[in-house]
Amino acid sequence: MPDISALDLARVQFAFTVSFHIIFPSITIGLASYLFVLEAMWLKTGSEVYKDLYHYWLKIFGVNFGMGVVSGLVMAYQFGTNWSGFSAFAGSITGPLLTYEVLTAFFLEAGFLGVMMFGWSRVGPGLHLLSTAMVALGTLISATWILASNSWMQTPQGFEIADGIVIPTDWWQIIFNPSFPYRLVHMSIAAFLATALMVGAAGAWHLLRSQNTLAVRTMLSMAMWMLLIVAPIQALVGDFHGLNTLKHQPAKIAAMEGHWQNHEGEGVPLLLFGLPDMQKETTRFAVGIPHLGSLILTHSWDGKIPALKDFPPEDRPNARIIFWSFRIMVGLGLLMITLGLWSLWLRRKDRLYTHKWFLRFSLWMGPAGVVAILAGWFTTEVGRQPWVVYGIMRTADAVSSHDIATLAGSLTLFVLVYLFVFGIGIGYLLHLMRLPVQHAVPEPEGGPGQSKQPMRPLSAPDAPFSLEAHLPNPKE
Amino acid sequence: MEFDLPMIWLMVILFAIAMYVIMDGFDLGIGILFPFVKDRHDRDVMMNTVAPVWDGNETWLVLGGAGLMAAFPLAYAVVLSALYQPIILMLLGLIFRGVAFEFRFKAPEKERPLWDKAFIGGSITTAFFQGVTLGAYINGIVLEGQTFSGGAFEWITPFSLFTGLGVMVAYALLGSTWLIMKTEDKLQQRMLQLTRPLVGLVVIALAGVSIWTPLAHPSIAERWFSLPNFYFLSLVPVLVAISLYSLMRELKSGYDRQPFIAALIIVLLGLFGLAISIWPQIIPPGITIWEAAAPAASLKFALVGTLAIIPMILAYTIWSYRVFRGKVRHGDGYH
Ligand code: HDD
Ligand code: HEM
Ligand code: HEM
Repeated sequence: MPDISALDLARVQFAFTVSFHIIFPSITIGLASYLFVLEAMWLKTGSEVYKDLYHYWLKIFGVNFGMGVVSGLVMAYQFGTNWSGFSAFAGSITGPLLTYEVLTAFFLEAGFLGVMMFGWSRVGPGLHLLSTAMVALGTLISATWILASNSWMQTPQGFEIADGIVIPTDWWQIIFNPSFPYRLVHMSIAAFLATALMVGAAGAWHLLRSQNTLAVRTMLSMAMWMLLIVAPIQALVGDFHGLNTLKHQPAKIAAMEGHWQNHEGEGVPLLLFGLPDMQKETTRFAVGIPHLGSLILTHSWDGKIPALKDFPPEDRPNARIIFWSFRIMVGLGLLMITLGLWSLWLRRKDRLYTHKWFLRFSLWMGPAGVVAILAGWFTTEVGRQPWVVYGIMRTADAVSSHDIATLAGSLTLFVLVYLFVFGIGIGYLLHLMRLPVQHAVPEPEGGPGQSKQPMRPLSAPDAPFSLEAHLPNPKE
Repeated sequence: MEFDLPMIWLMVILFAIAMYVIMDGFDLGIGILFPFVKDRHDRDVMMNTVAPVWDGNETWLVLGGAGLMAAFPLAYAVVLSALYQPIILMLLGLIFRGVAFEFRFKAPEKERPLWDKAFIGGSITTAFFQGVTLGAYINGIVLEGQTFSGGAFEWITPFSLFTGLGVMVAYALLGSTWLIMKTEDKLQQRMLQLTRPLVGLVVIALAGVSIWTPLAHPSIAERWFSLPNFYFLSLVPVLVAISLYSLMRELKSGYDRQPFIAALIIVLLGLFGLAISIWPQIIPPGITIWEAAAPAASLKFALVGTLAIIPMILAYTIWSYRVFRGKVRHGDGYH
């Protein structure tokens, strides 16, 4: 076993902290748009059920958002603390992109979040809807900038190198680098899918407990429409994303497919199972479908793709990890498509809210979106190795010069704090999703925007776990 | 006409830091003052005075960091890795402080005290290590060529520990005067009581840093005490003294907004004094803003957006503060 180096610890620390971070933004992005839709539907139709759902998911949004912010703060500083070689070299590009993200996204989210969360009775319905819209927009803008930055690290262009640092020459090319459009669409859809699966699972849970209320049915139904339409699109986008990667990062695709070498006159198979072995330069126990790899990646029966052995060993990403992380993502994607189709079938037979096995399946698929997102990011990032800026700077040259003890100390602290804080926080999220959807007391005078509107029933500040919150609502 | 882009960027970053210090300063101050208020409903009120705005306040810190990376990548890389441990501890403090806002109101009754403690501990840790980072930064960063070459624990010095405590009391003062403005009755009285000793502690902190810094750093002493700088710079302590005096008077007069404004001015002056002492270094003692600046293409690209967007940010931030203006009372159901 090789010795653990400071570089390894820095990588583990980055992977650990960013993996926790990405969970929360994914849900933030999806829920913010969902909340916007709910509020707009309420204003349009006047149906109370949308308002009740809005307030229900708003609390969950708040807890999730808080965790997204604090874990993101760590990310913004970690480039300097841990990757000072990278920051000094490429900060001239990632710095301005991150600055734009702060200016156009983080401030927008934070500035309107207060009104969205606490301003229900302080501003009129129009302004409140606007605040929700701004927060939702902010989350998508945020994704745009950070993915531009990450995509530039994957497929860099629009720069030159002088005096050992990157000099930007064309910002348009930098932002709209070849992998950016694919990554942006793929990741945004992933966030919507992850949220829809979570909302759907919450609905299924309540239905399985015989809480068959209009609000619960509405959330399940909305989630299933989302899955039905978007999951197939995600697969299609993913396919295009893969073709783009084949063009710009062929070693990554070879590793994802566990494809070590081409043979004369044979197509590339699609491996369903296998254990890539980096030392022996082969994929053991490979089980595959002949020619299917060629068909998917080159759209021809015998088409060739570069194989791992075409690259020197020091330039190969770890196939063992990404062969599997990629299959986990795609497998979950196929299950999502199945769930969407099943929901359509049951909807037409009027059994959507009662079919036990379907509801159980929805419940179990609750975390699938988040897992697929993590698997996808692991594929992308591990597949970029050994480079931090693809083909330009190696990860080993990016790291700060801390000794092992320092990094071991900070990594231990991060692991302890994250598991404690975010562990409990995720527990609270699950708890909130198990509470029944409450119906607000009717507003005798005025409706939203009037300070007369009672706040208590929606949210009792003094008694978060008050009895009334646990009783099923007689109104429904 | 050629603009001195690094100079403009330094101003932008100092502006972001100043916004951060005064805004997150009173948020963190509230956490530091939590132990002095035992009543649960009073604690709810204290938190509710900032619950709708704390995230925006903290975002100025992110802008400071991102702006530094954009404009002075070398400084971002060297300073953050040199001050690794205090910065990581500060970030961990911010995690506890930040989640406490949401968790405290959602937690089951018996877990509530835990998040009170997280709020207190997180706020204190954050404030203290921000001060330590500041002190260690003023002390200078050991370089070999253009990379940090000091030890992992070099940041621990009597001076940096002192600035750590100094920032804590300054934030507490901002917090107590903010609460004088935003609360009433018993809680407001309590804050009035606490503000007097806090003013004393802030005087000690300011005096301490003002004497210690020139003694330890001959180059800073030279800047302060050479003519004509001395005339201009002596304005700073004079203005501080006037603000302190007016703060003490307003405390008696019963106007509830003035003490906060006076406290803001005092803290800003302190920051200004330090900025002047270090300028034009961005990695003290040796590297100037021009040496550490990013290529012009980066400075320009980021500056256009920054100057265009910051006014909009200020506009909707002010709007949001206005939506939540006025006193916060018991039972105001924010959550
Ligand atoms: C695709 C989306 C996405 C991705 C890949 C990342 N983030 Fe993130 N981030 C968000 C989407 C997001 C968000 C949805 O915009 C958040 C979640 C909660 C929030 O306030 O904004 C956020 C919060 C957030 C914050 C706190 C903002 C605040 O104070 O309000 C910071 C500093 C970062 N992120 C920085 C990063 C860095 C340095 C990343 C790269 C490693 C990163 N994020 C990956
Ligand atoms: C948000 C989801 C993300 C996840 C889950 C993720 C995951 C990972 C993982 C697992 C590694 C370690 C790879 C290895 O060492 O083999 C890594 C490294 C890294 N990633 Fe990401 N990443 C994410 C997003 C980003 C983004 C958005 C950026 C840039 C803006 C980024 C920049 C980096 C950098 C700088 C490293 C460290 C150097 C390296 O090991 O390549 N990552 N990431
Ligand atoms: C079902 C078929 C799918 C295919 C063919 C597919 C394809 C891909 C490919 C090829 C990559 C790597 C791109 C690169 O590194 O250059 C990727 C990354 C990723 N995938 Fe998928 N994907 C699928 C489903 C999903 C699903 C269902 C989710 C989540 C809900 C998801 C989330 C992600 C994420 C977050 C990344 C990393 C970011 C990025 O590079 O875009 N994918 N996907």
